[in-house]
Amino acid sequence: MSAIIEFSQVTKSFQSKGAPITALDGIDLSIEAGEIFGIIGYSGAGKSTLVRLINGLETATSGRIVVDGVEITALKERDLPPVRSRIGMIFQQFNLLRSRTIAGNVEFPLKVAGWPKAKRRERVAELLDFVGLLSRAYDHPEQLSGGQKQRVGIARALAVSPSVLLADEATSALDPETTQDVLELLKRTNREFGVTIVVITHEMDVIRSIADRVAVLDHGRLVETGTTFDVFAEPKADATKKFLKTVMRNRPDAATLAQLQREHPGRLVTAQVRDVAAFGDALEAANERGARGRIVFGGFERLQGQELGSVTLSFSGEDAAVQDAIDRLGAAARLEEVHA
Amino acid sequence: MNTTWEVLFPKLVENLWITLYMVSLTLLIAGVLGLLLGLALYTTRPNGILQNRAVFAILNVVVNIVRPIPFIILISALLPVTRAVVGTHIGTNAAIFVMIVAATFYIGRIVEQNLVAIDPGVIEAVRAAGARPGRIILSVLIPEALGPLILGYTFVVIGIVDMSALAGIIGGRGIGDFALVNGYNVFRWDVTLVATAVIIILVQGVQFLGNWLARKALRY
Repeated sequence: MSAIIEFSQVTKSFQSKGAPITALDGIDLSIEAGEIFGIIGYSGAGKSTLVRLINGLETATSGRIVVDGVEITALKERDLPPVRSRIGMIFQQFNLLRSRTIAGNVEFPLKVAGWPKAKRRERVAELLDFVGLLSRAYDHPEQLSGGQKQRVGIARALAVSPSVLLADEATSALDPETTQDVLELLKRTNREFGVTIVVITHEMDVIRSIADRVAVLDHGRLVETGTTFDVFAEPKADATKKFLKTVMRNRPDAATLAQLQREHPGRLVTAQVRDVAAFGDALEAANERGARGRIVFGGFERLQGQELGSVTLSFSGEDAAVQDAIDRLGAAARLEEVHA
Repeated sequence: MNTTWEVLFPKLVENLWITLYMVSLTLLIAGVLGLLLGLALYTTRPNGILQNRAVFAILNVVVNIVRPIPFIILISALLPVTRAVVGTHIGTNAAIFVMIVAATFYIGRIVEQNLVAIDPGVIEAVRAAGARPGRIILSVLIPEALGPLILGYTFVVIGIVDMSALAGIIGGRGIGDFALVNGYNVFRWDVTLVATAVIIILVQGVQFLGNWLARKALRY
């Protein structure tokens, strides 16, 4: 795999009422060809700006950006259109042309790219079929639901077979069910056409659903980058931990812990489990040695084909046996003891 | 004094045609020039697709200077220009020239206002698709704002009819002049009323047509 998008020391600042505001600061980022890369951040973190630097809708103040072999930061506005046409983009508000039919919207980038009419028609039908909206070709955008509009957005973005697809909060205006449908479609796009997808979002659930790797953007800086599994399993930056709180329902919050402690006298530990087999073995061995461990909270989920769990256990029995059990578990999982 | 309708009617018809001629020629030429002016204002504004601080500032100032001038004052203020361009400063064509100037600036603002209402996200989307400014103007800006633009132009036509009524001042003739000369000046209330009715019918017709076209463009 090789990098298809590369940022080196990219900075972007705006002039706002005379004072410069740094939107992005010293961004180094490398996105591999064929992956789904998530960028998560709160609103105002600079993620919309970052994604727009990739297709030159915004220009970097300093630094270097290379996309698919083209140095974007070296191009002038008039040289950018042909590069943009090889990078698809979808938007939170879909941004379809209301003056055109569904087919007309999908056809637009093909017209821009100078395709002859017959080939355009064929391609439009192919794309609408791919997103499941062939029967709506001659409807207008306002006749479609939000999810359908985003499907049209995706078809339009894929029209010229781009190597990169940028998704700017593409599901933020959709309900949870529709969100999953659209994310599935993006995954299918990635699988079937090998398109590299950059997903910008403020929702950790979106990252969990589709991203292979994720970068966390906080106040204009990248504070953490890694595989989605690693970042979920062992978040390092505070911003990441805050995001994960919203989606890690297996981890007890402070109030729950306090309640658990009242209900279960004895030692209480929370284990972050990545290796289910090793964890199971350790728990079994502990029980054989006389420590009684009971699961009082938690659960497992699958992330990128791997188990990831958080289990809170209450131990009772002889002090030595309990200590032995906790040591064993500590070797198999990341352990945190809950203190009164 | 009491000219009969047998004499007045052909005059009315002739003046109606002159009004129609003045209004449609003004609409045609100022319509195109105003569209260009409006597009220039919109595209050169800060963050526009052809943003250019200097051009925008100059256009903006010129429009702001010309537009508030009352038409009757503009007629006399433009006299040397009118004479230079049309060859004379009186008559129908001289009136049309002044009307074109006034209407161009008027239409320019209306076009600009309707373009500003276009969702910037849509423009961003077509830029992201690789469209250049020329294509964005022709195949996105105008089609996306078509409904409101038609309504704006309809509104302008009525303003142009209003201007044409003042054309009589410089011998431009037309319905307004007819009402003034054959009605007001000779105390023929009935003649003024008939002229008024003709104008109302004309304006209603234009408004009806404009609404109908706009509805088609907006698909309501």
